[in-house]
Amino acid sequence: MIHRSMARRKMINRLVQALSAAAALAGLFVLAWVLIVVVQRGSAAISWDFFFHRVAPAGVEGGGIANALAGSAILVGLAILFGVPIGLLAGVYLAEFGKHSRLGAVVRFSTNVLMGIPSIIVGLFVYTLLVLPTGHFSAWAGAVALAILMLPVIARTTEDMLELVPNALRESAMALGAPRWKVTLGIVFRAAKTGLLTGMLLAVARISGETAPLLFTCMNSDYWPTSLNAPTANLTVTIFTRAMSPYADWQRLAWGAALIITLSVLALNISARLMLRGKSHV
Amino acid sequence: MSKSFLQEKPGVFRAEHALPPAQGELQPKISVRGLNFFYGRNQALSDNTMDIAQNRVTAIIGPSGCGKSTHLRAYNRIFELYRDQRAQGEILLDGENILAPETDVIELRRKVGMIFQKPTPFPLSIFENVAYGLRLHYRLASGELAGRVEAALRQAALWEEVKGQLDRPGAALSGGQQQRLCIARAIAVEPEVILMDEPTAAIDPIATSKIEDLIGALAEHYTIVIVTHNMQQAARVSDFTAFFYQGRIVEFGPTEQIFTKPALKQTEDYVTGRFG
Amino acid sequence: MPETGKPAGKQRNADRVFQWMTALCAGIVLLLMAGFFVRLLLSSRLSLAHFGWRFLISNEWNPYRGEFGALSSLYGTLVSTAIAMIIAVPLSLAIALFLVEMAGPRVRRIVGSAIELLAAIPSIIFGMWGLFIFAPFAAKYLQPALGKSLGFLPLFKGPPMGVGILTAGFILALMILPFISAVMRDVFQMVPAVVKESAYGMGATTWEVTRKITVRYGIRGLVGACFLGLGRAVGETMAVTFVIGNRHDVSASLFAAGNSIASTLANEFTEASEPLYLSSLVELGLILFILSLALQVMAHYWLRSLSRSMGAGL
Repeated sequence: MIHRSMARRKMINRLVQALSAAAALAGLFVLAWVLIVVVQRGSAAISWDFFFHRVAPAGVEGGGIANALAGSAILVGLAILFGVPIGLLAGVYLAEFGKHSRLGAVVRFSTNVLMGIPSIIVGLFVYTLLVLPTGHFSAWAGAVALAILMLPVIARTTEDMLELVPNALRESAMALGAPRWKVTLGIVFRAAKTGLLTGMLLAVARISGETAPLLFTCMNSDYWPTSLNAPTANLTVTIFTRAMSPYADWQRLAWGAALIITLSVLALNISARLMLRGKSHV
Repeated sequence: MSKSFLQEKPGVFRAEHALPPAQGELQPKISVRGLNFFYGRNQALSDNTMDIAQNRVTAIIGPSGCGKSTHLRAYNRIFELYRDQRAQGEILLDGENILAPETDVIELRRKVGMIFQKPTPFPLSIFENVAYGLRLHYRLASGELAGRVEAALRQAALWEEVKGQLDRPGAALSGGQQQRLCIARAIAVEPEVILMDEPTAAIDPIATSKIEDLIGALAEHYTIVIVTHNMQQAARVSDFTAFFYQGRIVEFGPTEQIFTKPALKQTEDYVTGRFG
Repeated sequence: MPETGKPAGKQRNADRVFQWMTALCAGIVLLLMAGFFVRLLLSSRLSLAHFGWRFLISNEWNPYRGEFGALSSLYGTLVSTAIAMIIAVPLSLAIALFLVEMAGPRVRRIVGSAIELLAAIPSIIFGMWGLFIFAPFAAKYLQPALGKSLGFLPLFKGPPMGVGILTAGFILALMILPFISAVMRDVFQMVPAVVKESAYGMGATTWEVTRKITVRYGIRGLVGACFLGLGRAVGETMAVTFVIGNRHDVSASLFAAGNSIASTLANEFTEASEPLYLSSLVELGLILFILSLALQVMAHYWLRSLSRSMGAGL
């Protein structure tokens, strides 16, 4: 019997360990590289005008992204309005009523699959559903597309978070004579509050950075949003069109907007994580 | 009566098990008749028949898995929360079958309160915990609500410990205090029966003795059924004791008799700690 | 005796209404899945009827002549995804390994969160970074180096332009990397400690335990993680659109510009005025939908059987 050389085994092990650490470092490096570039180039674009003026038309110097900021806020707000209640209730169904039913299993699986459907397909779907029949792009359509992206995320986190609530709590509320809906909304939701909020923050973070689903639903506009039935300015599509343009001035604007988006998405993510961590300490 | 119950056919003892022998002047508050219980296809209770005396403490003892909690959970139909659980037979509360489909479970659960093994304070303040059931069942002016909350906390012997801090979350109390909070919450809605499912299993000995004292005091106003795996506790707090084994009621009688001269060898073996 | 608040029937009905409402909301998820398929199919029927199966193999994409074929978009999608997987899978495996088997709790938390933050960065940011920073870098250093060392292969021939399928693959790899490593980390963490400990107890090194125990134990989950990443990569739009070059052609060189289904949609959809043009674009979307649906279903099939087999053991 031949013994494999101990030195050789140890060397391979050390090599693999070094490679793994290098891979992790590479990940950190890329994160740092992207962030540094965005901060550097983005901060150069930031000024008073940037926040308080609307996008300047072609050929005109200056301008800002105020109208896109307002438009994005409207879109995300509407999406939350549609997506959160439906997602919460779907999650309630999965956790409270459909746990062992066939419908529950099918819905759970579809929710998982829906989470991975490319966002541009969601945009395309909403286009055929809302834009084609009405004949115009609209904030409504954009918000619906974003809500569809939120829905599975909220539903799944709601299910997971409600499942962490011990049944004893449900039982003791029901043993007092509370109807199921009051138990769920008044007691179970409250017990799962932190987790539910975290899920919502992450879902909002996810949709705030989305561009593809807005391209053919609410498109973009150089003007202030005045009607939910018209194409609406928003940050991400503004970034897309400005960054792809040949004008340095426009590209600068795109970097500024990219900085705003990145910071807000990261802030949402980090606060969600801190909330969860804070809870696990209690 | 020295034969093992295992040799008996089910139901042979029914008549004498159904009613505590010393019943005499006592009224049955709950009469269980031929209760069977199923988890899916598994039968967990077979032909349970017994009476629960009004304003007395009845203890249910037996080894774990014998069906004592299952039996208790039929009294307020809390098992219905789970799809695959079902009960057959009759449970008469003041003569009315609560297992009948037309029973209003919400009113049933107001009349039959329950305390669980682990304290389950709601994620609300101490005050709101106790007020929860009151708000569900009654429309009260805020002054009256506060009065009832205080009365319930006093009755649960918790008022002196929490009176200045009703706004604190219920979960901030100690384990024993939480359990008394749950008792206050249950008695606030003025139930007639209180079910206790191993109420001291998760609580330290000092807090346990407080709760045992409380049980004795509460029996003046309420009919109490307590499931416990602790035989000393059953002996200390209860007037009647039922011994369960494998989903059947093996023996049922005055607590003193069950613990000192049980009719069956099996009961004797269990209460003296020789098995179980 | 106090009066009870509401009559019994009302409460029971309220509960029934509540349960129905939640079921309805859950049903919306199913409706959406079906809706995607039906709407995309309906809106692409013109193109389906006009081109038939030819659509899949035709390289022609000419809006002026009304000739459309998916080949170059499909090719670009598949090749850029393949490049992304070749880069991202080993790196993700290494990162997951680092996080679970090597890093201390503090390092694990910091590095783990950083990698997860990488996943949170919107794809349009990666797109800009790719176009303005990485593509020039690739044109100057990466591609010439590859051309010099591997230039005998047709894959690495041609002028180093920066943007193109190779760069798109790189950016895609960065985007799916955190995603795959997060799932792989979870898979590694599911391996029961006793199993690993007994191998360590026999004198195995970390790498040997990983290769022989952890990977084998979690192989289904690892495959599932790869499929999840794959599903992400095929549909990734903005990052690819910025850097792939947007050219309707198939070329052997990875340095060449190309396009993907998603980038074609992003670039051309709002310009499409002819019904047939629009319908062809929707058909591209339909193909992408079916592709990513299949990948998702496979991923969850692998991951689900994993959690079931492990759930029983725990």
